[in-house]
Amino acid sequence: MKLQSKIPEGPLAEKWSKYRSTVPLVNPANKRHLEVIIVGSGLAGASAAASLAELGYKVKVFCFQDSPRRAHSIAAQGGINAAKNYQNDGDSVYRLFYDTIKGGDYRAREGNVHRLAEVSGNIIDQCVAQGVPFAREYGGLLSNRSFGGTQVQRTFYAAGQTGQQLLLGAYSALQRQVGAGSVKMYSRHEMLDVVMIDGKARGIIARDLVSGKLERHFGHAVLLASGGYGNVFFLSTNAMGSNVSAAWKAHKKGAYFGNPCFTQIHPTCIPVSGDHQSKLTLMSESLRNDGRIWVPKKIEDAEAIRKGKKKASDIAEDDRDYYLERRYPAFGNLVPRDVASRAAKERCDAGFGVNATGEAVFLDFAYNMREKYGRTEATKHGIENPSEAKLKELGKAVVKEKYGNLFDMYKQITGVDPYEEPMQIYPAVHYTMGGLWVDYELMTTIPGLYALGEANFSDHGANRLGASALMQGLADGYFVIPYTIGSYLSKEISTKAIDTAHPAFEEAEARVKDTIDKFFSIKGSKSVDHFHKKLGKIMWEKCGMARNANGLKEAIQEIRKLREEFWSDLRVPGTANEFNPELDKAGRVADFLELGELMCLDALTRNESCGGHFREEYQTDEGEALRDDDNFAFVSCWEMKNVGEWDLHKEELVYENIKIAQRSYK
Amino acid sequence: MNLTLKVWRQKNANDKGKFVNYQVKDVSEDMSFLEMFDVLNEELISRGEEPIAFDHDCREGICGMCSMYIDGHPHGPLQGVTTCQLHMRSFKDGDTITVEPWRAKAFPVIKDLTVDRTSFDKIIAAGGYISVNTGNAQDANSLPVSKEDADASFAAAACIGCGACVAACVNSSAMLFVSAKVSQLALLPQGQPEREERVQGMVNAMDEAGFGNCTNTGACAFECPKGISLENIALMNRDFLKAGLLGKK
Repeated sequence: MKLQSKIPEGPLAEKWSKYRSTVPLVNPANKRHLEVIIVGSGLAGASAAASLAELGYKVKVFCFQDSPRRAHSIAAQGGINAAKNYQNDGDSVYRLFYDTIKGGDYRAREGNVHRLAEVSGNIIDQCVAQGVPFAREYGGLLSNRSFGGTQVQRTFYAAGQTGQQLLLGAYSALQRQVGAGSVKMYSRHEMLDVVMIDGKARGIIARDLVSGKLERHFGHAVLLASGGYGNVFFLSTNAMGSNVSAAWKAHKKGAYFGNPCFTQIHPTCIPVSGDHQSKLTLMSESLRNDGRIWVPKKIEDAEAIRKGKKKASDIAEDDRDYYLERRYPAFGNLVPRDVASRAAKERCDAGFGVNATGEAVFLDFAYNMREKYGRTEATKHGIENPSEAKLKELGKAVVKEKYGNLFDMYKQITGVDPYEEPMQIYPAVHYTMGGLWVDYELMTTIPGLYALGEANFSDHGANRLGASALMQGLADGYFVIPYTIGSYLSKEISTKAIDTAHPAFEEAEARVKDTIDKFFSIKGSKSVDHFHKKLGKIMWEKCGMARNANGLKEAIQEIRKLREEFWSDLRVPGTANEFNPELDKAGRVADFLELGELMCLDALTRNESCGGHFREEYQTDEGEALRDDDNFAFVSCWEMKNVGEWDLHKEELVYENIKIAQRSYK
Repeated sequence: MNLTLKVWRQKNANDKGKFVNYQVKDVSEDMSFLEMFDVLNEELISRGEEPIAFDHDCREGICGMCSMYIDGHPHGPLQGVTTCQLHMRSFKDGDTITVEPWRAKAFPVIKDLTVDRTSFDKIIAAGGYISVNTGNAQDANSLPVSKEDADASFAAAACIGCGACVAACVNSSAMLFVSAKVSQLALLPQGQPEREERVQGMVNAMDEAGFGNCTNTGACAFECPKGISLENIALMNRDFLKAGLLGKK
């Protein structure tokens, strides 16, 4: 199949407006007869559901949680980018576009990213109109802060709970449509297959997780807004239930998977504390506005700290290595995530790590608390020659206002007070840039099947910038899909709703049931988590922050072996006809065991380093990622032939507006 | 540390349910409460017993899905944290810990510690929004909101919809949850046009769902993991009364 990205012709800045003005429309009377299924109720799913229902489409929304408001978008902390230039600091649509392409290490599509930057301002307007309580200045106008990989302040936020507030805004809009009868909500439901009729997506098979009953649902189009697949690593900042299954079922039905190896490892997470660990907690990137990252300069100091003989405060200023400020003076602590993560790993691998495991660095607020905020407050209040203690007291109040909830969360988890001692942090899996391949209209290679938000691959290239995930999720749902879906549905107005007694539904349901029966028939000795943890360890060690050809080849063999063990020694308690969380997990881990192999294969095939994909064989003398634009300026699009067997297709990336260059943050 | 857990087991909504005791050994103080349940469940599975069903997802205190009633308190003995953020350093060796589901008529038990909270979604669908279709919005900065109002609105909007307020209340009242949403929107200029209809719609939906009345014990705010204030209830009562006097229905 030839991949058609369907990027509109014409100058970059006019593509989207021209597309919008010429895309076929569906008249309101016809919309009422067109049914749309949406899987996932996070920012992308909820905003799409609300917007499509407002337009008049009949919408069904599915989520595995007990309420659409629980979707993992809720946990996003730091903020959402928009090119409003409210700060008068030189921001523009073009600059947001440029930063995003560069941040993604030149592996994203120009057309998509420019559209994202264009609608970013509308998102903020929409959210404010919905009553999202963004942070404001005393004059009543919106406040901004900086995020990694940018030199302007374009991030809008609501304390450290921006994702929560945006999601609750979208959820409210969704519930308004539920109340109006235009959306039917199916919570505690999991999509287990896509139903295809005559080569088009025409519905899904879902399982009611409470009763265990399998259900058939028809849709003229199916939208997957089911999030990312970071949980393939077992330990990640994702929610426990986040999974790849909806996207993977689509992949198995013929949807190509784009750039599966592009994983974002977030530099500032709370380090692992023991084997019992079930997930990792992020400390927002916004903390890097005011926290300075360092390790000791002397290896003996690092050893003393690891043994508990010294504390951070015992290390003199001159003996601290602020390695990000040292290596990247232009961006300092606000380099993009991939760069910051690798730099932390480099220091820890060299023996400078600062917790018992040696896998942690300091994120220290003392300096800015005292010198930046303390002094400003002292000047403001006319306090002359303030003591160190006074400066700290004044600064602490400001830091508390800005990051209070994050500091409390850190203390709750670690038992250490970050106002007194610096935080300890380490990189962890956070986001997946890869996902289902989609064209400009967000349609996958299956006609009628769309992917939105983190579930698609499209906008972040090889590395996502902070505060861009929320922007993309809402852009896709509020401002892209309502237009692009018309291009497809305008041709479907005479398609009558298909009876779910159709053989395609019957077959799909039978296959789902077979898989469920198979889980119970194994009657092995190991739990789902046993296999999930093993998979996670393979992925983290061999397909994590640094990869090499040998490790990846080994990983593929190990995953295949683990998959065999899973299908011969798994134990799932209970039955299929009841509320059975272990069964839900088994289905998800079965899919992760297939996806993990593809991620390694993709990483092995991409003989270059770019963004979050760091192949040890391909680096500069200074240890930076070394891209190979002559051979790898493409999107890897994988077509599944069989389990463990894929064909690679390439979508060449064309840069007409940006001069592709070695990324530098120095 | 070694602990005894007294856990509510209930096969499904129709089962009567009962407490079952479990011994858990070598619990690390760095574990979260839910990680201790993970370890116990792994053991139950290996013994061929049914694991304990409980709701959880983000495990960082924001999704609102976790919901254990621990030693007589929703989300356990600490203030200001959810069950997933409760760590075992809050307990000591030899403790017996009682764990129950949220108990309220409007939150029927699904299984063990898992309850059905869709009644909350219904309340939001009955008015917990501002009616603004996508694309209708004006420039975000064209509507200044004083920092004080924005902060107060945010404080109310921090509600995670977990239902601890209902579980804590002797009457199983949902007033704190409902009032948090009412306040969030009533404190903003955008929320004014539908202010009366909103409070009436939401209060009616709350009553229909079978939540009890408020008798001002304050247990809800005391147990709320997000510090949602009782002042929200006062605001809601005022607005509800006003809407009635204005003859809205």
